[in-house]
Amino acid sequence: MSIEWIIRIVVEYWPMFLRGAGVTLVIALIGTVFGALIGLLSGILRTIPIPENGPKRLLLKIVNFLLSAYIEFFRGTPMIVQAMVIFYGAAMAFGYQMDPLIAGIVIVSINTGAYMAEIVRGGIISVDPGQYEAAQAIGMNHLQTMMNVVLPQVIRNILPATGNQFIINIKDTAVLSVISISELFFQTNSIAGNNFRYFESFFVVCIIYFIMTYTVTLILRYIERRMDGPENYVVAGEMDTAEDIKRKTTGA
Amino acid sequence: MAERRVGKVNTVVDIQGLSKSFGSHEVLKDINFSVNKGEVVTIIGSSGSGKSTLLRCVNLLEKPSGGQIIYNGENILDDKHNVHQYRKNLGMVFQSFNLFNNHNVLGNCVVGQVKVLKRSKEEAEKIAKKYLRVVGMEAYVEAKPRQLSGGQKQRVAIARALSMEPDVMLFDEPTSALDPEMVGEVLKVMKELAGTGLTMLIVTHEMEFAREVSDRVVFMDKGVIAEEGTPEQLFNNPKMERTKAFLQRTRN
Ligand SMILES: Nc1ncnc2c1ncn2[C@@H]1O[C@H](COP(=O)(O)OP(=O)(O)O)[C@@H](O)[C@H]1O
Ligand SMILES: [Mg+2]
Repeated sequence: MSIEWIIRIVVEYWPMFLRGAGVTLVIALIGTVFGALIGLLSGILRTIPIPENGPKRLLLKIVNFLLSAYIEFFRGTPMIVQAMVIFYGAAMAFGYQMDPLIAGIVIVSINTGAYMAEIVRGGIISVDPGQYEAAQAIGMNHLQTMMNVVLPQVIRNILPATGNQFIINIKDTAVLSVISISELFFQTNSIAGNNFRYFESFFVVCIIYFIMTYTVTLILRYIERRMDGPENYVVAGEMDTAEDIKRKTTGA
Repeated sequence: MAERRVGKVNTVVDIQGLSKSFGSHEVLKDINFSVNKGEVVTIIGSSGSGKSTLLRCVNLLEKPSGGQIIYNGENILDDKHNVHQYRKNLGMVFQSFNLFNNHNVLGNCVVGQVKVLKRSKEEAEKIAKKYLRVVGMEAYVEAKPRQLSGGQKQRVAIARALSMEPDVMLFDEPTSALDPEMVGEVLKVMKELAGTGLTMLIVTHEMEFAREVSDRVVFMDKGVIAEEGTPEQLFNNPKMERTKAFLQRTRN
């Protein structure tokens, strides 16, 4: 009977599931954070105004080309293939095997970065350009404008998409089992290979994946609400109602 | 001409032979004029005559196609001049306010001081509050831009620019995006500022206001300065036919 097997599998193998889930979460979380940083950096670089001429123009054109190539390439190939190429490629290039955990984090970061770059670009476009101009008009340079005005708004705007990317990464790290990273899917495969209870083992892991992704969803919703802050503000000095202010300024 | 040369001693910005084209569309042609210290100059003219472009060229939000902008005796269009360094000397108030949505009212007035002028946070807040008081918005330091009315937003935008303590304030139709009942509160603030000896260059459609506050009025038509003079000269005794025609149109 399946239910009994499911309970047995949980009782017997929970340390393996737990370790696998830990590895999955670590790779997905760090990969998403680095991916988001790559995306933000790419967003800063790709929005630098390109001068009409001069060496800076050529440099920026090259940077933009390389970024586009990176983004299109990593969005246009499967992560499972990227994992193979990077893992075995690095082994060939440096003559030693990368630590699988590090390899997993690198692969997920680079892959997520390509998606996040596009998400960030959309986020930057959605911040009204008047604010960029206003920041420029008080003397901020591109980096100052990005750091102090544009990106804080972009980060809020792309938070849902980033959370979504995190959830995708929790699920998609399963493909890293091809390079023998002992994440959750790999562990489950070992467990099932041990007891030959494929349905029950994968049913258990299915639930574990869902608990992880749903928890992340709930946490993100909470963070979004927190970031929006209170709906109302306190007017300093109780005497100054909006009407008082108006009277003062219009002299009415 | 003699008047011009006397003025030169106290000139804040001197624009010589300025031109601007967008592609093959020549929007500004051979613009010559200067703004002297403590002077209030208004620019009037029909929509599309190039008023905004001129103002945006003065602080280099648009790159002029030709001519010179002399500031402190130097042509800031030379390659050696840093655009961002130059811009902190000019305050800009936009038609659409362009407040930083990620900052509250106080933050809007502080961030430029801290990041661009490198003032300490304490000093910047003190200065910001001083100018927020000038525009009658000191009670709203905590408010977010989205919680303010249009007139309030524009007054904060004025305080933001003033907080940088610029040599000259540029206003691009600051009341054009406002509901009629809010125009008065912004014009009132601007009149008070004009009274303090602040150097101001104002693009406006408010003819009564222009007549009242201006030391000099510049009438632009089709990308050129068609006529300039004191408010009495320009409004009561316009020399050019097109000035007369424009004033006629605005009266109806
Ligand atoms: N970024 C731009 N690209 C192309 N044409 C522009 C741009 N900005 C302004 N123009 C054109 O320049 C002319 C003057 O515009 P503007 O300076 O905004 O006039 P005003 O402020 O007097 O109404 C208009 O014909 C407008 O279409
Ligand atoms: Mg305009």
